[in-house]
Amino acid sequence: MNRRQIPLLRESLTLVGFVILNITLICVFTFYPLIQGIQLSLYQWDFISPFKTFVGARNYVRMFNDRTFWQIMRNTFVFTFSTVSLTVLCAFGLALLLSLPLRGREWTRGVVFLPTLLSGAAIALVFNYILDDRYGMLTQFLRIFDIKSPSFYTDPFWAMVGIVVTMVWKQAGYGAVILIAGLQGIDHTLYEAAAIDGAGRRARLWYITIPSLAPMLLFVVVTGILGAFQSFDIIKVMTNGGPINATNVLVYNLYERGFVNFEAGPAGVLTVVIFVIMLVLTILQLQVGARNNAV
Amino acid sequence: MPSNTRPRISLPLMLAYSAMAIVVILIGLPLIWMLFASFKQTDEIYRMPGTFFPEQPTLMNYPAAWNAVPFGRYFANSVITTVAATASKMILALFCAYALVFTKAPKWLKDGAFLLIVAALMVPSQVVIVPNYVTMSMLQWADSYQGIILPNAATAFGTFLLRQYCLGLPYEVVEAAEIDGASHWQRLWLVIMPMAQPALVTVGLFAVVSEWNDFLWPLIITNTNEMRTLPIGLYRLYQTEGLQNWGIIMAGTVFVVAPIVLLFVRSQKFIIEGIAAGAVRG
Repeated sequence: MNRRQIPLLRESLTLVGFVILNITLICVFTFYPLIQGIQLSLYQWDFISPFKTFVGARNYVRMFNDRTFWQIMRNTFVFTFSTVSLTVLCAFGLALLLSLPLRGREWTRGVVFLPTLLSGAAIALVFNYILDDRYGMLTQFLRIFDIKSPSFYTDPFWAMVGIVVTMVWKQAGYGAVILIAGLQGIDHTLYEAAAIDGAGRRARLWYITIPSLAPMLLFVVVTGILGAFQSFDIIKVMTNGGPINATNVLVYNLYERGFVNFEAGPAGVLTVVIFVIMLVLTILQLQVGARNNAV
Repeated sequence: MPSNTRPRISLPLMLAYSAMAIVVILIGLPLIWMLFASFKQTDEIYRMPGTFFPEQPTLMNYPAAWNAVPFGRYFANSVITTVAATASKMILALFCAYALVFTKAPKWLKDGAFLLIVAALMVPSQVVIVPNYVTMSMLQWADSYQGIILPNAATAFGTFLLRQYCLGLPYEVVEAAEIDGASHWQRLWLVIMPMAQPALVTVGLFAVVSEWNDFLWPLIITNTNEMRTLPIGLYRLYQTEGLQNWGIIMAGTVFVVAPIVLLFVRSQKFIIEGIAAGAVRG
């Protein structure tokens, strides 16, 4: 009796009261900026002058006709693709290894996971020192074999290699932890049945482990893409987008256009471009995820 | 499982242990290199075949780094912003998750609020820096604590995680408390908060790590030494010391990394289980 008489209004007010701060902050600092970003992309402005000049789609036209922009898109793709594929491979290998009944594997899992939690700026400095072509660890190690270390600061190719390696070192443990949880969730009777049917080690990996792990692998791939796409601190500290834009990616470029060159318009265009790409990726993830669940 | 009865240590097992050792070395080496370098004297760092272990260990790099840039101030700023943003995230997420699960508000209202949370999950924080910077300068909050903290004070991710956790809690307990006359406020603090503690700790740990390491936003929104946080300060140290003195720079790096390593050693179980749970449920 009593329960049915609880006034709906009071419950609604409680709900609103409890969620209002969280949702207001999210609206002000997450949703409103999207609208504001679109707006900025239509103006010419230096962040300081009280007047913004409306230029319509001109910022977009100029951006898409700029060869540097397409180089940055290419860099972003190369960086994201190599980081994610290497991260997933390493994470998968680590997960298989650390799921074996080995002594000390819990401790090793901890060691593997630790880099994910550390400051990207700090890690970037450590790798800067390791890859320093005069005094770094790598160059000293290579000297034993009389090999000259490549220059990670001045060679465009090796600069990209440097930031990719750093990212993979930092991220692989995250994927590994998720895949370990996934491996633990696989039904053991599947393996036993397969073994009875005479399936070898490789067949079991291909036909049981990988398909059962597919949703987790997808999750690792998607979070990896989003993470690589958004990485800034490592690039800022290690290469500053250089040499000659070789490691300049979208998010770094957003920072550069906005806060080094003070061009609000192009920064707004990049805000929109990055958001659209992220949105497409997220929708793809949801669709693939839904299909996986349906099967 | 059939156990190996013949040789105690088989070849595959040896391979697996070797692989594990290699993994530990590959992951650990950069951190050990950092730590050892921070104990090396300058001439040892620039010696020409170099050393791995510090030959004449010194602690001098630490005070040198601490005094080269105002690290004390950076440290205080990092602690203040991390604690404030973390506390805010935990409280707001708890309130929001409780309301979404345990109030009897109409469904459309709850679904609408939840939809906003889920939609916010899709907007990465890097996308919104330019407009947020404009907002903050308009409010005259650039280079202030509220400027650093406010855009990070709410959490869609934490709310999502806590809501999923609350959905798994026994509803009868809340009903029992309601029949006993407990208000929503009491139910939230006395019934749900203790039960949701594991998820709450996970949300808190994630917040601490992401605030402590945050680089892009503090880099943009601060422009004086009074307001810079540790990662930005470390970057300043790198810029002032340049490629001149790796020993001092590595000592500064230890300042930034050590607190998180300690936190991780203390709460490893929570963090790793939280990650795995987030992936399985999310």
